[in-house]
Amino acid sequence: MTMLPLNRRRLLISGSALLAAPLLMRVSPAAAASLTAGFIYVGPRDDFGYNQSHAEGAAALKAMDGITVLEEENVPESNDVVKSMESMIQLDDASLLFPTSFGYYNPFVKETAADYPDVQFRHCGGLWSEADPKNAGSYFGYIGTAQYLSGIVAGHQTKSKRLGFVAAKPIPQVLMNINAFTLGAKSVDPEITTQVIFTGDWAQPVKEAEATNALIDQGADVLTCHVDSPKVFVQTAAGRGAFVCGYHTSQAPLAPEHYLTGAEWNWSTVYKMFAEKALAGGALPNFVRGGLVEGFVKTSPYGPAVSEAARNQTDTVKAEVMKGGFAVIKGPLKDNKGNEVVAAGKAYPETAVELESMDYLVEGVLGSTS
Amino acid sequence: MNADLGLWAVPLAVLGGMLRVSTPFLFVSLGECVTEKSGRINLGLEGTLVFGAMAGYGGAYLTGSPWLGVLAAGLFGVLFGLLHGFLCSLPKVNDIAVGIALMLLGTGLAFFFGKPLIQPAAPMLPAIPLGAWSDVPQVRAALEVSPLFVIGLLIAIALLFVFKRTKIGLVLRMVGDSADAARAMGYPILPVRIGATAFGGFMAGVAGAYLSLYYPGSWNEAISSGQGLIAVALVIFARWNPLACFGAALLFGGAGALGPALQSVGVTEGYYLFYAAPYVLTLLILFFTSSRTKALEGAPRELSITK
Repeated sequence: MTMLPLNRRRLLISGSALLAAPLLMRVSPAAAASLTAGFIYVGPRDDFGYNQSHAEGAAALKAMDGITVLEEENVPESNDVVKSMESMIQLDDASLLFPTSFGYYNPFVKETAADYPDVQFRHCGGLWSEADPKNAGSYFGYIGTAQYLSGIVAGHQTKSKRLGFVAAKPIPQVLMNINAFTLGAKSVDPEITTQVIFTGDWAQPVKEAEATNALIDQGADVLTCHVDSPKVFVQTAAGRGAFVCGYHTSQAPLAPEHYLTGAEWNWSTVYKMFAEKALAGGALPNFVRGGLVEGFVKTSPYGPAVSEAARNQTDTVKAEVMKGGFAVIKGPLKDNKGNEVVAAGKAYPETAVELESMDYLVEGVLGSTS
Repeated sequence: MNADLGLWAVPLAVLGGMLRVSTPFLFVSLGECVTEKSGRINLGLEGTLVFGAMAGYGGAYLTGSPWLGVLAAGLFGVLFGLLHGFLCSLPKVNDIAVGIALMLLGTGLAFFFGKPLIQPAAPMLPAIPLGAWSDVPQVRAALEVSPLFVIGLLIAIALLFVFKRTKIGLVLRMVGDSADAARAMGYPILPVRIGATAFGGFMAGVAGAYLSLYYPGSWNEAISSGQGLIAVALVIFARWNPLACFGAALLFGGAGALGPALQSVGVTEGYYLFYAAPYVLTLLILFFTSSRTKALEGAPRELSITK
């Protein structure tokens, strides 16, 4: 008994019509230019976060003459990135590649760079060393100092003397941000503490929202985060009436009243530098790093809630930073277990290599690295 | 000003987590419960959930009404359910394989059409302030309940009644328990199964809309993180009983809130372990409730996993 006229042919006909729809929306890439640069992102490029910060840098290149920009998003940190790079090189003649996620480098970028010696690879994360292929390289920004400035603003804003930090994983860069944020706040009032919650991974929207709620329940009234996409964090915190400091890019449009300031990447500086050198036919540097001074990172404009006193102190410290050589991590400094981690009289400016193996949380941070 | 709750914050956060996080589990598992009662398994609900999250967010953004968004998510869910239902009605088509294919199709289409929706902010669903009696802000925040949660509870009770006391429920269970008996009685098997799968799709779509329009309340590609798959497993865990589905959803919601809550009161060591709590809990419950004789009690006999 057939109640419904079902058969394979009808299903295939209607199904294929549906599947063809996306093809109509494809736009053919622009015609050849003298340089083709390829960007690869680990997530969506408009995530209000890490990937968007790189995509904004890529957008700055699109405005330059003689450059074609290719982009691919949602590329996992696996052999998939090799396929993406090879396709950009072989099908689109890309000669400059920017695989932007930390986990792309070893072994994928290293091996592909060895296979294609004529193509330049520059990876975000600062992992390149002399032993690696000469057509590969690294760039990274010292964003911890910008977090220190956010901490000063947060220190002025908090009434409860408790700050909150939603973090993904306890790796050195994240720990540096937590410590710098806390030290900035403590420079305003040494009583201030920062409660940190680790969610365990870079993109966990439900856990991020739960963590934000838990921090606010514990009395935190100014919060910041280090996750891939701060959108959920900012909306949840602002929805509960807490103030937020942003990260990666500006999230001010999501919470105009509750957004104080933020630590942002400014990759367009780096990408323009590489592209101009490549267009001129010059050699590209293998190892590039910079902070606020070099314009690799920036701070968001102050939100309407930031007080005059907070603006003044932050601007003063920022002017100090702009002179160069400013050290956020300096002795005497104890970790939150009471051990001395930096001896008195010792200071590590942001360029110090010791900071890249940071494995402690400073005094005033409530939380643990494991 | 927030009151200092000390360790009381943990049970409060777990309660809040139960009310906030459980709803998607509840809707997906209730829908899947109906589908499985008819004798089919739809593993593709994870894809439907993600597509529902995207469609709900897009619908709310374009129309300006979050409830129209929920409706749109449900209707797209119906489409996915119908697709699964029709495909599995073809001879010699395996429902589990089709489900996996639809899971990939749903997430892929959601990512494709959802691209322009990551940035804009859609209107959110309202909340019912059940904690308005309290002057402790944490209690008020924990007891903010979505209307969808209440609707989910009502649907769970209604389904229990429908399964046990109505003719529709009887036909559904007969089709799921013995296709031969249903055929002998003259009941249409395929339409019942297709209808049950469409209902499951509708519920999964609404669950997706809850994710993007209420909590965490944003559309992005990591929004579900596997909740649709867990919910399908919850149905088996709940022995195909709608009220048990409700309990299982609460359990998973609360267990998920445990990790962040413990860290916030200063229990900071070993948080990866706390994040595994829901899964450890499942293993323990399954271990202690397992029985050699009653393993398949309540299981529809036509399911491909029990046949």
